[in-house]
Amino acid sequence: MTIETTSTGILLLILIMTLVTLVTRFGGVFIMSFVRISPRIESFINTMASSVLIAIIVPMAFGGDAGALAALLVTAVVMLVLKKPLPAIAAGILAAALVRYVF
Amino acid sequence: MKNASYPYQFQPEKVRYELIRMLPISLFVVAFGAAFGLAAVQQGLGPLESLLMSTLVFAGASQFAAIDMWGAEVSVIPVMVVVFAINSRHLLMGASLYPMLKDVSPAKRYGLLLLLTDANWAVSAQEYQSGRRNLEVILGGGLVLWLAWIVGTWLGVYFGGFLQNPKSLGMDMVLGCFLLAMALGGKKNPRVLVAWALAALASLAAWKWLPANTHVVAGALAGGVVGFFWLEKKPDDEPVKEASA
Repeated sequence: MTIETTSTGILLLILIMTLVTLVTRFGGVFIMSFVRISPRIESFINTMASSVLIAIIVPMAFGGDAGALAALLVTAVVMLVLKKPLPAIAAGILAAALVRYVF
Repeated sequence: MKNASYPYQFQPEKVRYELIRMLPISLFVVAFGAAFGLAAVQQGLGPLESLLMSTLVFAGASQFAAIDMWGAEVSVIPVMVVVFAINSRHLLMGASLYPMLKDVSPAKRYGLLLLLTDANWAVSAQEYQSGRRNLEVILGGGLVLWLAWIVGTWLGVYFGGFLQNPKSLGMDMVLGCFLLAMALGGKKNPRVLVAWALAALASLAAWKWLPANTHVVAGALAGGVVGFFWLEKKPDDEPVKEASA
């Protein structure tokens, strides 16, 4: 099934994307409303939550260029030393820009 | 149960505070949005269509992926699959906020979820780990991030020429660095570290061998399994001393 990218076609595609994204935004909470939250489920949810972050970042580091790797490394070091997110993020982005400028 | 009560009280003050707190990261989102706006018009979307997509979909990575599949004709199912796969992390993110979201009325609950995105969720989820309940950041942070995404798209559509190569400025790494800072700022104990190790391995394995864009969900579920079998001892014991760290 294909949609031609006329103006109505594009509108339809945007609506389809919106609905699919809405299903992902609502779906997890909707399903959880049928689950009784035991301590075990709560523990699952909590470790899952911080694992989401790791699961986004690690493949990003492995699949990225030297700049991406530098950004993540510098962010990690600054964050662990200063414990302040904004300087850590800024340093990371700067590292990416610098590495990409040099290489 | 008509009398179900929803004890979570929104503090307008705190919503404003969170809105301002997310301003710096929103500036980066503007740049990321500009990159999207530029890419969208280059792929043949009109200015209004690009803006409409950012306003309604509000999910950057999936929007980039979708316009990559753009042409004179677009196959619907592949676009739906890719958008769903990339955004499926929202399912887990939403679920992880459920212990707080169950304390607001369904209308507010699903209203808040319209604004759910990586950055505001990361703040809320990390604070919840340290015993603080913060749905205000979903609302205030979400609003400012959403506006930044729209404004950024608008800038990219009309003035994209300035941003020919956002990668050279490191702009593609903003979200990655932000999420990493959030992860490292959260609670770290043996249980969490084991979960992270398993999540890292599973996400890498999925990234290598499973269909594209399944790695976030695979890694997150693997980390969750650790929590399912390894329960924390008495979570009520520590919050007081933690606050000073």
